[in-house]
Amino acid sequence: MRNPLSKKIIDIQPSGIRKFFDVANEMEDAISLGVGEPDFDTPWRIREEGIFTLEKGKTFYTSNAGLQELRNEICRYLERKIHVSYDPKHETLVTVGGSEAIDIGLRCMLDPGDEVLLPQPSYVSYLPCTIMADGVPVVIPLQYENQFKLTVEDLEKYVTPKSKVLIMPFPNNPTGSIMTKEDLEPVAEFVREHDLYVISDEIYSELTYGTEHVSIASLPGMRERTVVINGFSKGFAMTGWRLGYCCGPAAIIEQMTKLHQFAIMCAPTNSQYAAVEGLRNCEDEVQEMRRSYNQRRRFLMNEFKSMGLECFEPFGAFYVFPSIREFGMSSEEFAERLLMEEKVAVVPGTAFGECGEGFLRISYAYSIDDLKEALGRVRKFIYRLKEEKEA
Amino acid sequence: MNEKKEALRIEILKYIEKHSRVDLGELAVLLGVNETDVANEMAEMEKEKIICGYHTLIDWDRAGVEMVTALIEVRVTPQRDLGFDRIAERIYNYPEVYAVYLISGSYDLLVTLEGKTLKEVSRFVSERLSPIDEVLSTATHFILKKYKDHGTIMVPHKESERMLVTL
Repeated sequence: MRNPLSKKIIDIQPSGIRKFFDVANEMEDAISLGVGEPDFDTPWRIREEGIFTLEKGKTFYTSNAGLQELRNEICRYLERKIHVSYDPKHETLVTVGGSEAIDIGLRCMLDPGDEVLLPQPSYVSYLPCTIMADGVPVVIPLQYENQFKLTVEDLEKYVTPKSKVLIMPFPNNPTGSIMTKEDLEPVAEFVREHDLYVISDEIYSELTYGTEHVSIASLPGMRERTVVINGFSKGFAMTGWRLGYCCGPAAIIEQMTKLHQFAIMCAPTNSQYAAVEGLRNCEDEVQEMRRSYNQRRRFLMNEFKSMGLECFEPFGAFYVFPSIREFGMSSEEFAERLLMEEKVAVVPGTAFGECGEGFLRISYAYSIDDLKEALGRVRKFIYRLKEEKEA
Repeated sequence: MNEKKEALRIEILKYIEKHSRVDLGELAVLLGVNETDVANEMAEMEKEKIICGYHTLIDWDRAGVEMVTALIEVRVTPQRDLGFDRIAERIYNYPEVYAVYLISGSYDLLVTLEGKTLKEVSRFVSERLSPIDEVLSTATHFILKKYKDHGTIMVPHKESERMLVTL
């Protein structure tokens, strides 16, 4: 019998820490700092709208690109937030989470052999999606010393004549790093000079602290080179609704809509109606969640400082990315010991690329009380390690 | 008052409205400011009666203590020069009166009352409230169950169904 599997798929490495996750997820008395989703319930008015549309029997397919009403609201929202105008008819596509947009975006933009500049540490799907699209991922390791921001010096080291797409994963999961306008300007110039395109994954755009998110698409000459990906999972606490979207030049969005039509048909109708309500009436709820995250972020930074754990101050998403290099063990070892000895689950930095070695991703999508309990255990563990080191 | 001070005050108030027992050092960390600044602002706001007290939300039912809460709609004749204030004062000075609000609409005052028994509440209405000259009529509603009070849902909350670790 022939092998039923494609070589391309088999060659894609499964996430190495899957086993660690399975152990953590099954440990009954473990507490976690390891989630990548909000602890808040979806704001009630959004859920209520979902219930209402179900009751009204709005359960049919929508058009492939998504409810026109939702696309209109998305464009108004982006105009408000990132000051870029998109045509809701031809430049906007509603997807099943931001993840689908990443996948079909890369498929639409890459020919075999085209290189994708991929800054890491970053979310886990860019690399396999690039390979599935026959592209060649070129990893750019970001530096702790630069607070994990992307610089032109980084880009210059990795750009080649084959480079076509740059992934911009900011605000960043797992580092919490953001790119300000000043940080983005030289990158944008580089992109224009080298005639690159950008996939800007802005799923955490609502969650920046002390500063508003800036999209690279808003810089001069970048709108026509950028596909902006965003969604409802993080800012609106709607992970399980599986709803995202992308906006960009009509030529790209049209092709993405074609792929989306064949693979998905349309995003969940119910979620789309609920999201309309979210965009229209939930600014207060979103800002209230942001305020909470910011308080937790400060709390966490203060705790790390007081227990002597080295960490740069992140201003985005809901993660901090402390360094554990001083303890002389790998991120995975550290995470395993922390789980076994103190029953606290965190994610090793290496889950997000090799250059995450020496770091941990710690999520603050938890209540202050939960954080206190978990950090008390982390503190105990750190003190023990320091004692071991001295002994 | 400068903008920064005002912003800090709002941040403090928003937080302590829900967590009045927070340690001041911790609150300063959460808000990213000095502990002294937080302490000073709170002292000032107490003096200015912006912060009127630190109360505890108690589910007396669960504590096994009999307690009857009534909402009483009161229609009154306002007095010249004094409006409703004087009548409100006569009512709110009773210790068993929990709250008194001036209300727009078909009646004037809403009085919240806490008593040990139905009888105690109805005696208050018939012997204290109704006999006041300016009181035209009353309608008493007894609270049967508190679902949500002071912004807090009183019924047991579900456990989170989030997985422990996700990317």
